[in-house]
Amino acid sequence: MTDVLKPTDTKQVEEAVHWAVAHGKALELLGHGSKRALGRPAQTDMTLDLSGLTGVTLYEPAELVLSARAGTPLAEIEALLEKNNQQLDFEPMDYGPLLGNEAGQGTLGGAIATNLSGPRRLKAGAARDHFLGVTAVTGRAETIKSGGRVVKNVTGYDMCKVLAGSWGTLAAMTDITIKVLPRPETEATVIVEGLDDERACAAMSAAMGSSCDVSGAAHLPDHVASYFDGLPRPEAATVLRLEGVAPSVAHRKETLAALMKPFGPVALLDEAHSKVLWTSVRQAKPFAVSQERPLWRISTAPGQGYAVAAAITPAAQMFYDWAGGLIWVAMPFTNEPDAGSIRRAIAELGGHATLVRAPAALRASVDVFEPQSAGLRALSKRVKDGFDPRGVLNPGRMWAGV
Amino acid sequence: MSVRMPEPDSAVLARREQIVKVLRTMVPGEGVIASEREMKPFETDGLTAYHQLPMVVVLPETTEQVSQVLAYCHAEGIKVVPRGAGTSLSGGALPLEDGVLLGMAKFNKIKDIDFANRIAVVEPGVTNLAVSNAVAHAGFYYAPDPSSQIACTIGGNVAENSGGVHCLKYGMTTNNVLGCEIVLITGEVLRLGGKHLDSEGYDLLGLVIGSEGLLGVVTEVTVRLLKKPETARAVLVGFPSSEDAGACVSAIIGAGIIPGGMEMMDRPAIQAAEAFVHAGYPLDVEALLIVELDGPAAEVDHLIARVEQIANENRAVSCKVSASEQERLLFWAGRKAAFPAVGRISPDYYCMDGTIPRAQLPLVLKRMKELSTKYGLAVANVFHAGDGNLHPLILYDSNKPGELDRAENFGSDILRLCVEVGGVLTGEHGVGVEKRDLMPVMFSEIDLNAQQRVKCAFDAKGLLNPGKVFPQLHRCAELGRMHISGGKLPFPDIPRF
Ligand SMILES: Cc1cc2nc3c(=O)[nH]c(=O)nc-3n(C[C@H](O)[C@H](O)[C@H](O)COP(=O)(O)OP(=O)(O)OC[C@H]3O[C@@H](n4cnc5c(N)ncnc54)[C@H](O)[C@@H]3O)c2cc1C
Repeated sequence: MTDVLKPTDTKQVEEAVHWAVAHGKALELLGHGSKRALGRPAQTDMTLDLSGLTGVTLYEPAELVLSARAGTPLAEIEALLEKNNQQLDFEPMDYGPLLGNEAGQGTLGGAIATNLSGPRRLKAGAARDHFLGVTAVTGRAETIKSGGRVVKNVTGYDMCKVLAGSWGTLAAMTDITIKVLPRPETEATVIVEGLDDERACAAMSAAMGSSCDVSGAAHLPDHVASYFDGLPRPEAATVLRLEGVAPSVAHRKETLAALMKPFGPVALLDEAHSKVLWTSVRQAKPFAVSQERPLWRISTAPGQGYAVAAAITPAAQMFYDWAGGLIWVAMPFTNEPDAGSIRRAIAELGGHATLVRAPAALRASVDVFEPQSAGLRALSKRVKDGFDPRGVLNPGRMWAGV
Repeated sequence: MSVRMPEPDSAVLARREQIVKVLRTMVPGEGVIASEREMKPFETDGLTAYHQLPMVVVLPETTEQVSQVLAYCHAEGIKVVPRGAGTSLSGGALPLEDGVLLGMAKFNKIKDIDFANRIAVVEPGVTNLAVSNAVAHAGFYYAPDPSSQIACTIGGNVAENSGGVHCLKYGMTTNNVLGCEIVLITGEVLRLGGKHLDSEGYDLLGLVIGSEGLLGVVTEVTVRLLKKPETARAVLVGFPSSEDAGACVSAIIGAGIIPGGMEMMDRPAIQAAEAFVHAGYPLDVEALLIVELDGPAAEVDHLIARVEQIANENRAVSCKVSASEQERLLFWAGRKAAFPAVGRISPDYYCMDGTIPRAQLPLVLKRMKELSTKYGLAVANVFHAGDGNLHPLILYDSNKPGELDRAENFGSDILRLCVEVGGVLTGEHGVGVEKRDLMPVMFSEIDLNAQQRVKCAFDAKGLLNPGKVFPQLHRCAELGRMHISGGKLPFPDIPRF
């Protein structure tokens, strides 16, 4: 039986952790639990549900800053920003459909704890790049503050960075301050059709190396193209997004189309179709349709994305985001994540791979996150011990023993 | 020197000759400097009020040498202070009497330029500007551009998480570095990140950036390169008050425009800069804004027109758009020379670096004026207006008894004021020794202990750059202890399901 505690303020979170430390209990930290199926399944005694900590506490559009309790639904924050013509520039992707849940779930704390970022990451940075300040309860049952509400701040260590992407293993975040940015006036997409993966990586590289300020670059190979919305034809499509003020987008669309001509036939998407297309890229749509296949997310140097992909079985389904630097790979067989071939490709070419979806038994038996060198592993463990010496927060969620 | 540094270790000092001898076996030739005369150039950094000769200067050339030197110092309990170009304005590179000063200047090679992946791999002693220069032929550049970019090194930038006038749009160092190689004090060499986006596991790279040389010695850095914008144009706008200028900044951002740079100067700074550079600044205004737009010409022209309109709606009394590249550079020349310009009208100046929520600017300027009267010292302000980073320049004369102390106290009061209105002690120059003792203004003991536990994970003996950043040094064993008991689980107040 796993009991659930649902605190409504920082003090109560502190009390809960205090209890866990004193009694040697382990806590599972939860926002909306939308990514519960992601990461290593952890053995815990009690669930600490942080979704009761809700509400936007500060929003100054002209200073590009927003603070909210960590359990505030992302959807609520995004709606508020939209009203003011602003957005989360890191474009958190929506894992809901991928993991068999509804779209539109998830908390701000969950997005930061997993360093969620979508297609715009290659231009605007990840969640960690927009994370300005935090209040959090460490595994020592102590409430700490770090950062602040201003963008430019180098006072003390940048603790926000290490908390972003720590999957709730270092501290339970209760208040979060992020940088927000203006929503672009309009967008359009330039499509190059019919490219193979290698050529597509070259095209994306050329586009990113131009002054067209591309804010999304994905390659959708033939075998998955039909799953994406908004494409004119269900064929291999290398898609390049342009955002900004109308005269600028119009100008860059022409420039980029001309630059892409030598690679293959070029098509253009207007704002409405472009939006639809990038929503399906952001949701990794092909892999949400069926929940069966084990799903990997690989981060590597963009120029060699195709080479990493080529080292994986041809029966896998995949597509590329981040100009080739992010590869989503769905393995062909339900019970075979084929970690071996992926880890070998990474070892040779660099980067890291995360097993995003697989049955729990499988996630417990292979490394979900990229195995680290002995030195990095030891250092990570020492960092964890500093925050959470008794291992009460999400023990084993990232790595066994951390 | 009003800041106390850690007590020198007399046992280490007593072994100085022996230590120098061993270091010479590790870094041969001229890589070890032990004579007082030759060590003199290393005794201070950009915070020149503080100086201290190190025990010995070591200038390694390879990662192996760094590793050997650090392993030796670790085994022998010898302190180490890393140094890049020594332009730190917070005393981060200030030597210790009983410490090795590890100068990284010989790490000056650009190892790889990879346009396909839009990155460069450089050694930490390469200067910031040299990176941009090395890729300029292909139309690329490295975005963070501290005003010291001719001199400061990438290693120093990483340690300080340096910014520049363009970081509102393009980010600080931490947003533009993908990976690095660091050597821990034990001599262990680690790679964090790489050519890909987002490091795996804990974001240790994010911790190292801005850690002021306290966590490890950086021996290689992978930076992101950006394509140069097609064009850039600037608008020079004068206002009758800083409130109006601040309102204009808010209105520009409120209109969804993020300029490439947005700088503000107050009357004393305008007067000094104009007298020095003749940039064509209006002299009858209280505040001056430089707003730069960059991108394709179609975009820049469109946005410049909107900025002009917004400026006029916000009581601008003068508004001039750069008509040529030459004129744009002239607009900037005044701002970029603001420090030396102030240096011309005063024997010495002390540059502060707080950040405030921008809406608080009028209040902060008013209170600063009061402080100026109280301390009897003039102050000029330049301001990264887009992100609230304020650089007050306090004018003083170090030859007049007591003026330096007064300037420092004035500076501390300004930083306390920044924190009081919701801001922070330092926006880009770092804590170093300068703001070390002000840290408790912003952080509780619990906060500072949590940060020091990070330090313990990297450097358990506290040998790397001690005496910087943290006002009080605790032993790691002491910080590691935890006394928690009791904690019944009635949680009378916590909803349970
Ligand atoms: C005129 C002037 C203008 C300036 N303008 C700006 C500005 O616009 N924006 C801004 O952000 N800063 C500015 N600065 C401050 C300064 O230039 C930056 O902090 C710069 O990054 C320091 O680089 P450096 O190579 O001189 O480092 P140093 O001063 O030598 O060292 C700075 C810190 O970095 C550590 N360090 C250096 N190299 C390494 C390494 N390889 N590994 C680990 N630690 C290392 C040192 O221990 C020290 O703590 C300015 C300084 C001056 C003098």
